Amino acid sequence: MTRDRRLSWINGLLLPLFNVLTAFIATGIVFLFIGVDPIEATKILLYGALGYDEGLGYTLYYATNFVFTGLAVAVAFHAGLFNIGGEGQAYVGGLGIALVALYINPAMSAWIVIPLAISGGLLFGALWAIIPAYLQAYRGSHIVITTIMFNFLASALMVYVLVNILREVGEMSPESGDFIKVSWLPFVHDIFASFGYKIARSPLNLSILVALFFSAAVWFFLWHTRWGFAIRAAGKSNEAAIYSGINPKKIIVVTMCISGALAGLVGINELMGVQHRLFLNFNYGYGFGGIAVALMGRNHPIGILIAAFLFGILYQGGAELDFELQNVSRDIVVVMQGLVILFCGGLEYLYRPVLIRFLAPIKESK
Amino acid sequence: MAKSNIAIELINVDKHFGAVHANDKVNLSVESGTIHGIVGENGAGKSTLMSILYGFYQADSGQIKVFDKDFRATSSRQSIEAGIGMVHQHFMLVDNFTVLENVILGSEGGALISQSLANARIELTRLAKEYGLEVELDIAVEELSVGMQQRVEILKGLYKGARVLILDEPTGVLTPQESDELFRIFDALKKQGVTIILITHKLREIMNITDHVSVMRAGKMVAHRETSKTNPEELAELMIGRKVLLNIEKSKAKSGKALLTAKNLEIYNEQGLKRVTEVSFEAHSGEILGIAGVTGNGQGSLLKALAGILPLSKGSIEIMGKTITPETHLNPKKLRELGVAHVPEDRQKMGMIADFSASETALLGYHNDKEINQGVWLKRSSVKANCESLMQAFDVRPNNPNLMSSNFSGGNQQKLILAREFERDPEVLIIGQPTRGVDIGAIEFIRKRIIEMRDAGKAIILISVELEEIMSLSDRIIVMCDGEITGTVDAKDANEATLGMMMANALQPQDEPKGAKL
Repeated sequence: MTRDRRLSWINGLLLPLFNVLTAFIATGIVFLFIGVDPIEATKILLYGALGYDEGLGYTLYYATNFVFTGLAVAVAFHAGLFNIGGEGQAYVGGLGIALVALYINPAMSAWIVIPLAISGGLLFGALWAIIPAYLQAYRGSHIVITTIMFNFLASALMVYVLVNILREVGEMSPESGDFIKVSWLPFVHDIFASFGYKIARSPLNLSILVALFFSAAVWFFLWHTRWGFAIRAAGKSNEAAIYSGINPKKIIVVTMCISGALAGLVGINELMGVQHRLFLNFNYGYGFGGIAVALMGRNHPIGILIAAFLFGILYQGGAELDFELQNVSRDIVVVMQGLVILFCGGLEYLYRPVLIRFLAPIKESK
Repeated sequence: MAKSNIAIELINVDKHFGAVHANDKVNLSVESGTIHGIVGENGAGKSTLMSILYGFYQADSGQIKVFDKDFRATSSRQSIEAGIGMVHQHFMLVDNFTVLENVILGSEGGALISQSLANARIELTRLAKEYGLEVELDIAVEELSVGMQQRVEILKGLYKGARVLILDEPTGVLTPQESDELFRIFDALKKQGVTIILITHKLREIMNITDHVSVMRAGKMVAHRETSKTNPEELAELMIGRKVLLNIEKSKAKSGKALLTAKNLEIYNEQGLKRVTEVSFEAHSGEILGIAGVTGNGQGSLLKALAGILPLSKGSIEIMGKTITPETHLNPKKLRELGVAHVPEDRQKMGMIADFSASETALLGYHNDKEINQGVWLKRSSVKANCESLMQAFDVRPNNPNLMSSNFSGGNQQKLILAREFERDPEVLIIGQPTRGVDIGAIEFIRKRIIEMRDAGKAIILISVELEEIMSLSDRIIVMCDGEITGTVDAKDANEATLGMMMANALQPQDEPKGAKL
């Protein structure tokens, strides 16, 4: 095996694996401290997330959101941009979906309404990313700062819209009315039932196929089109991009639009798939979770699918832990997530020197 | 040989980096009070060896003696204490400190520096007189010319008590006159008993000033010679292990019509500094136009403007019938479509992308080509085939399109970039530093290819800091200094002395004297 190949195995597979294992061991130590048997906890967590069809449904449903936000972070990352605004882009994307799903002619076919609503999410997510992108490209404001600020702006905007515009007359809670029925994405258990298979009810819906579709699309776009090539070139070397006739400023704007659009898809799962209305904080935590997912998935769609699945397991399994064990609260999920993010993100290269020394020593002289 | 006469002795010094044998049982003995040259290609292990002497690395095994004492440095401080000073290729000076402050840096003495400044002033004045190294002590380093900054580095070494000075490629940034000045200083130092180790790849310097020369190849010390008993051809052969042609033969140029006409160019660089003023020239088909000058005198910005990377602020460029003015900028993509190829000066940052595969690096600038795109689909098979044919045409090794660009040697990276730019049959070629950091074998190959392109009727604009390269390849030479053209000569009338004077803008009596810059 060439050294390149070994390095890509180390970076792509071994490192994330070691990082996740370390995070689990650290979680185990936390369990010991609060007087919970880590083995027992692991059993409950895994069974709760994977052991029966309802749990698995929930796991996949959570994972779907993480796929969208993970892809969003990854696309931006390939252009050398750190998009922290997934949270806000997902939120505003939800507004785009809701506007279509609330106000479109109910007589229209689902085959038209659903793609239109998805486009609404894509469009609004992209719009929410375009201003930070423009400021980065043409005014030099750092994208990390501006996208974070746009998360707060999104929060404020959505509260305003929900309270003052979309709230139904006479309703107390800041949420919209129900979406038009044709915009609802079918639940997976309903689809199974229509074929005669009975599985337990869960929020898992057809959005998961949309997530898979966009994973494939992102993969094809980044590595098999000239635009993806231009994005990756600009992300690796500004100078080489300019030399090649690529305009890095345009790349920043276009890439951030794509990134924002992908984040805007969270609403498909949450709103069109499950809740069928727009409400406050439906996006909560998925935008930031996407950063960890992208980091852990090495910004590659396949890695992101795996990492999103792991985060789905943590979400669902953590909820089960809370339910089953007396002295564990739901906050343990946050602790576990924190540890995973710490070891996969913050301490990403902890084991790299050791792994390289043993598996792929340097061959060229310095 | 008397024992006390040896300044530095290395016995079987061995150093591995992982599986790489950077220094393979190296033996070297440097006589005290001599100038000792060390030559070798990139990656031959010269820098590693010197880093061991300077305490950056430790040898895995072997013995080092400095003035007959066992020596094993784990930091540069110990090397300094043993009497070794090093002048790096890139100066280690604080730009906005004065010369005096720079010299005492690292040996300030107590909490208050006024006393050590006063002591240093006395000592430096003595040193300057003794070695002919006059430098104004109270001027900020950034105001000094490169040659003067180098003097400060040498003074710094001497002040710290160096009896052995190691200089890494010291002439890379100097004009020929400044180099001569440096060699004069070497002589003065030598007379005072200082030992000088000179690391270089310029064989001419080795022949001119060293007493002994050692040749390294692939981590091994392959030969020691007395300079007076060897010649450049032998040294080159020892360096690369086979015979090489140092002078490329070329026929007379068949110069044709002007393909590129530049008129009164004024160019600002990325930082908004004016780099080029009032530059005009023509490049003809079938001719190589060399642009000489010390690094940083506007050639780089000129090259970028010709390639469409920097806009013009004044003037015009006519290329292949199209006119570029400040108002009508053509970007690199449009220029490529017109038949302009560009080999950038900075290969690592601009010419390639280190962690792209070779096939992707071979695509830079041409990723929109019809041959490799089918609708939205960038065809991997075509990308790979493109790279394979380029690699074959320019003998790039290893010929593996999937290998990461950074894993090729400098010479092979450069060959891949040249192949990418040459093989599309351009009409105008803009080439910056074609052989910088490239091994001798590849230099020969690259120069031949450039001349082949000339003979095929292309107009070639060549920028290089290596005067020798400019002189051996060009048919016409223009010299730049401080953003202006300071001379135009026919290559057959050019010699180093006149070019050097032009590079320092010291050869035009009709102009107001600018020689003070030197």
